[in-house]
Amino acid sequence: MRRAEIVTAVLLGLLSIYLMWKSGEGPSWDPDSVRFANIGMIEGEGPGSGFWPFWLSLIMLISCLWTGFNWWRGKTPPSQSDQPYLSQHAKRMLLRVGGSLIVFLALIHVIGVYGAMVVFFVYYLRFLGHHSIPRTVAIAVAVPVFSFFFFDVAMRIVLPKGYLEPLFIPLYDIFL
Amino acid sequence: MDILVSLADGMLQALQPFNLGLAFLGVVVGLFVGAMPGLGSVNGVAILLPFTFVIQDISGSATSPMIFLAAIYYGAMYGGAISSITLGIPGASTAVATTFDGRPLALAGKADKALVTAAIASFIGGTVANLLFTGFAPALASIALDFGNPEVFALMLLAFATFVGLGGDDIPKTIFSICFGLVLATVGFDIISGEPRLIFFEITGFSHGIRFLVLAIGVYGIGEMLWTINAAKDNTAMTETKMSPKTILREIRAFPAAWKGTAIGSTLGFFVGILPAAGATPGSLMAYGVAKMVSRRPERFGKGEVDGVAAPESANNAASTGAMLPMMTLGIPGSPTTAVLLAGMVIWGLQPGPLLFTEQPDFVWPLIGSFYISNVIALVVNLAFIPVFLWMLRMPFTILAPLIFVLSIVGTYAAYQNMFDVWLMVLFGLGAYLLRVLDYPLAPAVLAVVLGPIAEPKLRQSLLLSDGDFSIFFTRPIAGPITVIAIILILLPLAKLLWSKARR
Repeated sequence: MRRAEIVTAVLLGLLSIYLMWKSGEGPSWDPDSVRFANIGMIEGEGPGSGFWPFWLSLIMLISCLWTGFNWWRGKTPPSQSDQPYLSQHAKRMLLRVGGSLIVFLALIHVIGVYGAMVVFFVYYLRFLGHHSIPRTVAIAVAVPVFSFFFFDVAMRIVLPKGYLEPLFIPLYDIFL
Repeated sequence: MDILVSLADGMLQALQPFNLGLAFLGVVVGLFVGAMPGLGSVNGVAILLPFTFVIQDISGSATSPMIFLAAIYYGAMYGGAISSITLGIPGASTAVATTFDGRPLALAGKADKALVTAAIASFIGGTVANLLFTGFAPALASIALDFGNPEVFALMLLAFATFVGLGGDDIPKTIFSICFGLVLATVGFDIISGEPRLIFFEITGFSHGIRFLVLAIGVYGIGEMLWTINAAKDNTAMTETKMSPKTILREIRAFPAAWKGTAIGSTLGFFVGILPAAGATPGSLMAYGVAKMVSRRPERFGKGEVDGVAAPESANNAASTGAMLPMMTLGIPGSPTTAVLLAGMVIWGLQPGPLLFTEQPDFVWPLIGSFYISNVIALVVNLAFIPVFLWMLRMPFTILAPLIFVLSIVGTYAAYQNMFDVWLMVLFGLGAYLLRVLDYPLAPAVLAVVLGPIAEPKLRQSLLLSDGDFSIFFTRPIAGPITVIAIILILLPLAKLLWSKARR
């Protein structure tokens, strides 16, 4: 935990510097614009477009340095902790649950929201939750069916279908 | 008199069948999210906000979706007590103090007493706060009508300063969180100059800005769920609770024994709720502390004292109404939940702030009327359906969690209809979890994303007015004292540190 505290503070500090740099950018349509010309007062216009994000990013950087100082003094609970940043249990959970969310999103591009939902529910309920097959199937089918009628049919919000789009055409003919 | 007429008119509007149905549904959803450990009012309103577009489409006004979300907020305050008492785990952080005496009562076989006391105290807390709200809100709004840009910015500064001074979290991390939220709010086109800002790696998805819902659902729908999944919750046993109309009536008759805790919680909770960064959790803890301090039998607190249940439960309901006061009158949310409600108002096309009371009375008064009605519905539903909620609490988390993940993902897509925002939402959620492990508070960032687009133009217009002179925030009669108080609050932790060093 102690090492994670300082590594995170350094990474967030670097992010703050990047945000300061980025805030100073002029508009791309003006090739003559000078970086950081927009972070102060502009004659007749008041503060420039980069004023607010630049100085806020600077405060972010200062707060990261402050966190680093607290770490050095060992004043915060994470900087005093000998525990690992993520326990074995947390790492496993992040990989299984967080990873499944990333796969879920990636699958939406391929088999659409409803197909990805079925896969996600089967994985989560059966393999992570150890629920019975009937219960898994019931939820994995009921939720996408309900969602289809709620979003696509009732609300007319067409959710992505990916390569499964042709399967939905008969349903569109009936319900839409 | 005008207020009473407006309130009566608003109540009639709120009693329309559609609005009444929404209040009922909202209360039921709120009771459920409040009772489920790991979920609170903010999760409920954040995840369900995208679905309110449908409600607005059907009703044609912003009042109905707001009634629905406000009812969730109310219901959650009632619901938190159910798991605090029967499981010993607070359903939400606002019900932490309820476990102190609610759990011992349940273990002593008096769960019915604790549940009924919690429900009635919540009702009284909510009603007292509603009366205070009705009295104060129009007056505060009319004062706020005179506020110019410097005053509004000073108030925003005060809201953030309260987080730093009273938040109780790690100060540099709180400051980082606030500034990060404010910077995220600047992504996209600058509304004053029209220039694009912070379009990271020239990805076009950033040009429309980072939407509030994306961050809120990421933090509260994904990040908090991961946190809850990781937290051990297997070693809990539910206390067997038998409720019948007879036991409920018996406990209602015995309720006057808890009058003192209820009175303290109702008033203290409301005023603590008004403070930004304070809200229902510190309100309920403070009410518990004061109730114990003034009690004739303080030694019984922690062992099953009814005042120990009544004080925090009345306080968390009163505080939730209190937090609505600055949101409705000044456009400044007092808690993450009210930040989501405020963002909802903006999405539905309203301009939160003092003008609401004069320009949108058709929105304001039915909403206030619905507070009273939701409170009654919550009491009745809570008492009548406690066995149902106890049954629902037995739902395995391995079913609830994937449902919430799917709701978060589909809800975000439905709101903006692009996958970029959905990816961003999940990445925010994973990042929020990783930062939370290191004690980075995330509520200030969520609040800042809402307030950023209001605060920045106010600051820039103020400085344009003063030709870049910051003294404009100190020399005006209303902005001056507010700015000074904000600076004192920011410096307070530093002063405390120096003071403790000097004493050593």
